[in-house]
Amino acid sequence: MRNIWIICRKELGSYFASPVAYILLIMFGLIFGFFFWNALGSFVFESIQSQMSGRSFPMNLNEWIIRPLLSNVSVIGLFFIPMITMRLFAEEKRTGTIELLATSPVRDIEIILGKWLASVILYACLLLFTALNFAFLFKYGTPDWKPLLVGYLGLLLQAGALLAIGTFISTLTKNQIIAGAVTFGVCLLLWVLEWVSGYETATWARVLAYMSVITHFESFGKGVVDSKDAVFYVTVIFLGLFFTARSMESLRWRS
Amino acid sequence: MRNSPLTAKFMITVKQLTKRYARTTAVDEISFEVAKGQIVGFLGPNGAGKTTTMRMLTCFLPPSSGTAKVAGFDVLEQPLEVKKRIGYLPETPPIYPEMATSEYLQFVGKLKGLSGSELAKRVDYVCGRCAISDVKTKLLGKLSKGYRQRVGLAQAVIHNPDVLILDEPTAGLDPKQINETRDLIKDLAGEHTIILSTHILPEVEQTCEQVIIINKGKLVATDSVRNLQARARGAESVLVEVAGRSGSLEPSIVQNTLEQVAGVSRVLCKQQGDARAVFEVESKKGSFVRGDVARAIVESGWDLNELRPAAMSLEEVFLQLTGSETADEPETPVEVHAS
Repeated sequence: MRNIWIICRKELGSYFASPVAYILLIMFGLIFGFFFWNALGSFVFESIQSQMSGRSFPMNLNEWIIRPLLSNVSVIGLFFIPMITMRLFAEEKRTGTIELLATSPVRDIEIILGKWLASVILYACLLLFTALNFAFLFKYGTPDWKPLLVGYLGLLLQAGALLAIGTFISTLTKNQIIAGAVTFGVCLLLWVLEWVSGYETATWARVLAYMSVITHFESFGKGVVDSKDAVFYVTVIFLGLFFTARSMESLRWRS
Repeated sequence: MRNSPLTAKFMITVKQLTKRYARTTAVDEISFEVAKGQIVGFLGPNGAGKTTTMRMLTCFLPPSSGTAKVAGFDVLEQPLEVKKRIGYLPETPPIYPEMATSEYLQFVGKLKGLSGSELAKRVDYVCGRCAISDVKTKLLGKLSKGYRQRVGLAQAVIHNPDVLILDEPTAGLDPKQINETRDLIKDLAGEHTIILSTHILPEVEQTCEQVIIINKGKLVATDSVRNLQARARGAESVLVEVAGRSGSLEPSIVQNTLEQVAGVSRVLCKQQGDARAVFEVESKKGSFVRGDVARAIVESGWDLNELRPAAMSLEEVFLQLTGSETADEPETPVEVHAS
């Protein structure tokens, strides 16, 4: 436990000692800020229109703003996750510091968990920016906070799964760009897999759609914790970290 | 933590250690032992398998066959116990450029299991010991090569390990830094058992007590520095400096005279100046010629300024042992050392 924390602290230190973390935070803040502003604008426009036409308008902030924005965050996350994980192992392999970690009295799994945890914490910091925006909704309206919390839980689980995959990919190469590009490709594929369910209902299509990380977020976005979806994410996290461990082991046998 | 089952006097025991890759055998059935508190030089041309052997000793690479024990613990069976007792400096110091020196040493110390006041004490101690106190707050990425190497050494000794494994600790340093690093290593020898690899021979002659020579993954020789020099020498060889009393000296006459001495097999004129000359006199195997040579010179009316045994430099020993493959190695400074 102590070793995991030591590694995690060191990784967070490197994120925040270099411009990486700040650039990610700023970009994410800007992009999400625009999404939020947009969503709010259209919400206000719609509600004024419906008042003028005399139609009754369901003024639900959760339905109209929080839920779509949360699924936006899950998509924006796909673009940021490769940038978070690409350096985790690739850089240590390139500079040779992996030898320091691998010859210290710590287990491989402790190194892996520490690094993965640091990446999850950095992602959580990105989510904090979205929370700042949502705070305005609570000041001027009365949205339900429980679905929002469930949504955040879903986002963290989904990101944890993708980050675990990214961590694994980062052990495969010395080149950060390659690690980042491959992770991005895999994330994107896992996102669009569910499209097949639009025109095909055969078993293979349903399996593919099941593997899509986005479909499992829907229930969380609605504020419902579906154990089926939670189990999916936890399984992917477990598999990702398991393959990372295998990859680190094979690194020793091969190199 | 279990107590070390170490009862023998050997800190490192390597038996038939082998590392095979798909096509090549990097290390081929190497066996050696290192006694506690010794400095051992691990010598070989580039690509001889030095780094691979060291990586197996540090549990970074698992051996294909054979065993290696450090402080009584097997590298395959109890890697954590081995790692606790080893300090390792890879060929390039494993530093994080974005960290400050003290921050880095604290991180490594924690990683090796230190904490609290003990950690702070050790960080201060190794900073003083490795002369890096003045760059404690500087970022590692901004340090010069010499400082980085010393920070690398500092991280290797931070947890006061029984065994220090240093892979080419002086590579890429300037001569002044090389001397400082060698002195530092010699200084550390009292507390730790040290294995250092190098392809520079004088380094071994200057810093090590024991040499392990490997070539193409195979063990070529393992002995003390002095024995190795003697072994390759075989016959006795002495250097004599002769001076003429009257202010002039004819080297060819001296050479003739020396060649006539019983037991002398070869005389070489190594140097000549005004009224003095240096000769290397080689004896036949098993005969001792020093006395006769001295007498012959004095009786011929010359002065004998100096007479000392010519030790063969390790360079020559090395070339003899490893054969002609080393001829195209990057040149290493050749120095003739007298013992």
